[in-house]
Amino acid sequence: MKPAAFEYHAARSVEEAVATLAEVAPDQGRILAGGQSLVPTMAFRLATPEHLVDINGIEELGRLAVEDGVLSIGACVRHAAFHRPVTDGGLGAILTFMAGHIGHYPIRQRGTFCGSLAQADPSSEWCLAAVTLDATITAQSTRGRRTIAGADFIQGIMTTALEDDELLVETRIALPAADTRFGFAEFSRRAGDFALAMALVSFRLSGGVMHDARLGIGGAEDHPRRIPQAEAALDGQPPGSQAFEAAAAAVAAALDPMEDAGTSAQYRRELAQCLARRALESAAESAAA
Amino acid sequence: MTRKHDITLTINGHDHAITVDARRTLADAIRDQCGQTGTHIGCEHGVCGSCTLLLDGVPVRSCLIFAVQCVGVAIRTVEGLAQGDELHPLQRSFIEHHALQCGFCTPGFLMLAVGILENEPNISDADLRAALSSNLCRCTGYANIVKAVRAAADELRAGP
Repeated sequence: MKPAAFEYHAARSVEEAVATLAEVAPDQGRILAGGQSLVPTMAFRLATPEHLVDINGIEELGRLAVEDGVLSIGACVRHAAFHRPVTDGGLGAILTFMAGHIGHYPIRQRGTFCGSLAQADPSSEWCLAAVTLDATITAQSTRGRRTIAGADFIQGIMTTALEDDELLVETRIALPAADTRFGFAEFSRRAGDFALAMALVSFRLSGGVMHDARLGIGGAEDHPRRIPQAEAALDGQPPGSQAFEAAAAAVAAALDPMEDAGTSAQYRRELAQCLARRALESAAESAAA
Repeated sequence: MTRKHDITLTINGHDHAITVDARRTLADAIRDQCGQTGTHIGCEHGVCGSCTLLLDGVPVRSCLIFAVQCVGVAIRTVEGLAQGDELHPLQRSFIEHHALQCGFCTPGFLMLAVGILENEPNISDADLRAALSSNLCRCTGYANIVKAVRAAADELRAGP
């Protein structure tokens, strides 16, 4: 099908974008970034915004930089920017690995990191990254700028802390300590399909035991979140099957998974348990490398 | 009434001055208003890849971008691959490896493959297979499509 009619506004600056958005937000005005989720929903007429404010022409939003120990990702940075590591060490490598799981190659040339956060699909890889790695999200409107922690930003299925008149301008992720190990695992039925579950983990090693463990699960519940019980099963333990099995079992016990016609809650729970273990094993292997 | 937009699309180096509604996708505009019907439309929601073309050198789904967004952008479609009677190496390779049956998906696969190989000439077999999984072929010709693109990649790398 064809999208319904809308008024198109091409913004040339962030100030212009938020001014226009403030004006059109009450009339179902929305931001158009990569459009790889919004435009299909418009084609199905599930979304019928009366105004779109296109931010693709705003140069400063294409900024991707590492400075003062922080990775800054502007609103128009595409998924494909992560096809190669954007920073040395484990963080750059894990973001590249995760990017390969997003949609398909042409989708990744157009879709954006920040757009994925604003969309807040439960199976978004970047939403899981934002929550697990404690990203800081900057929102701007004519009322000013504010920052929101990743875990507070994503509130439910396609529901975020963004107000209707706010533009997500940037996401910031603090660079981890150099000895941080990362692992990621995801399952979907077909290449490029929405993930049924995914796990992102990181930990540091000293004296042969793990500490600062983070373990986030996406795709299984209505929004991604860290599982503190699983992290507690890792901290202070040597990396290995005993701790990994315990953490994975804690994941299974803590989850309240979504169900759909093809996927029972029990299946998603077991999948998340398995993926948590695989992500931990892969983090341990990266530690050995 | 929503506003009309007078725009110029640059397709394979030629300018096309057209008037569009904002809601008109690039795929519809180049087919219906610029007469370039080589780009096919399948699902219209970004799943099948039939409408894949190159925007400033990278492959994108032209059903997921509005024509009004494509002013000042170099658009390349399947019509621009051959130089006169000389087919592009990928087009020749598709013929040689029987990489099409009905041919509906072929323009999308060709533009996808051109985009991949121009950006990543040394792509590994595994990455190439993953990238080619972007598009659908309902005649189940994937194995031969992979062979054709692999052979063309080797030829393009070796140079003329």
